[in-house]
Amino acid sequence: MAKVLYWEDVQEGMEVPTLVKHPTTQQLVKYAGASGDFYQIHYDTEFAKRNGLPGVIIHGALKNAFLAQLMTDWIGEYGALRKLSCQYRGMDVPGDALTCKGHVTKKYREGDRYLVDCDIWLENGKGERTTPGGATVQLPSRTAAPLP
Amino acid sequence: MTTEQNYITDELRNAVGVESEPEVYEVEKGAINRFAEAIDDPNPLYRDEAAARSSRLGGIIAPPTFFRAMRAGPPRVRVESPLKRNLDGGSEWEFYEPVRPGDRIAVTQRLAGVVQRPGRLGPMVIMTRETRYVNQLGQLVAIQRSTGISY
Repeated sequence: MAKVLYWEDVQEGMEVPTLVKHPTTQQLVKYAGASGDFYQIHYDTEFAKRNGLPGVIIHGALKNAFLAQLMTDWIGEYGALRKLSCQYRGMDVPGDALTCKGHVTKKYREGDRYLVDCDIWLENGKGERTTPGGATVQLPSRTAAPLP
Repeated sequence: MTTEQNYITDELRNAVGVESEPEVYEVEKGAINRFAEAIDDPNPLYRDEAAARSSRLGGIIAPPTFFRAMRAGPPRVRVESPLKRNLDGGSEWEFYEPVRPGDRIAVTQRLAGVVQRPGRLGPMVIMTRETRYVNQLGQLVAIQRSTGISY
């Protein structure tokens, strides 16, 4: 039986449990294949350098997927991710440990929906926030019917 | 002070708001599996048939950003970035319905806005695209708004 995160268990200011990812060049190739994004800056070092980059860089959309996992790991199967956003402010490179973090900014009801807004972000190994974003999740309430 | 060249052509301005042709993407379980493996997300809802069946979702679903594997149909008018180098600026998603193996998702895209701004490396053209994903039941399953920066 999976653990349930109820809306009542969440408070504003509360931290979302941290998620650490360790992307490798092999993962970038897998992501290129799975997503169909074959832009060479993600797997061809010479091409990336010719384009003024230090080497291959991580797909923004892969970092977006990491931030989605941050939220879905936290809410579990009984909650639903409703909104997710992020901005790619800085480049990230394979071999670096990327840490996804977040905290609750707002807890509210909209009709029969029990919602929580979070600020989320991804940090590189130096602790720099390269990818800030936000998320809204719908959670089950102890006083209402579960999500369909 | 030199006047900056305007890169937003009439052609580009007129493309704003014009929806592309739809392209239908058929969701395969194997593609969901490979995507989940590529993003290194061990969530059983994406891979484990038995675990997913006994969950609230009742079966395998796709990870939220699986939509990145889908392409929109060809634009009805030409939408060409006027500058050569491109960066992905970010994405905003709204999710409405889960995506399951066997779904047929019609994907359309439109240029939602275009602006030019001065940047560190010269003028930047910022294009916002809205992509809509509708399943075989006619349900809107997700919207993605993505920002592309060319410079």
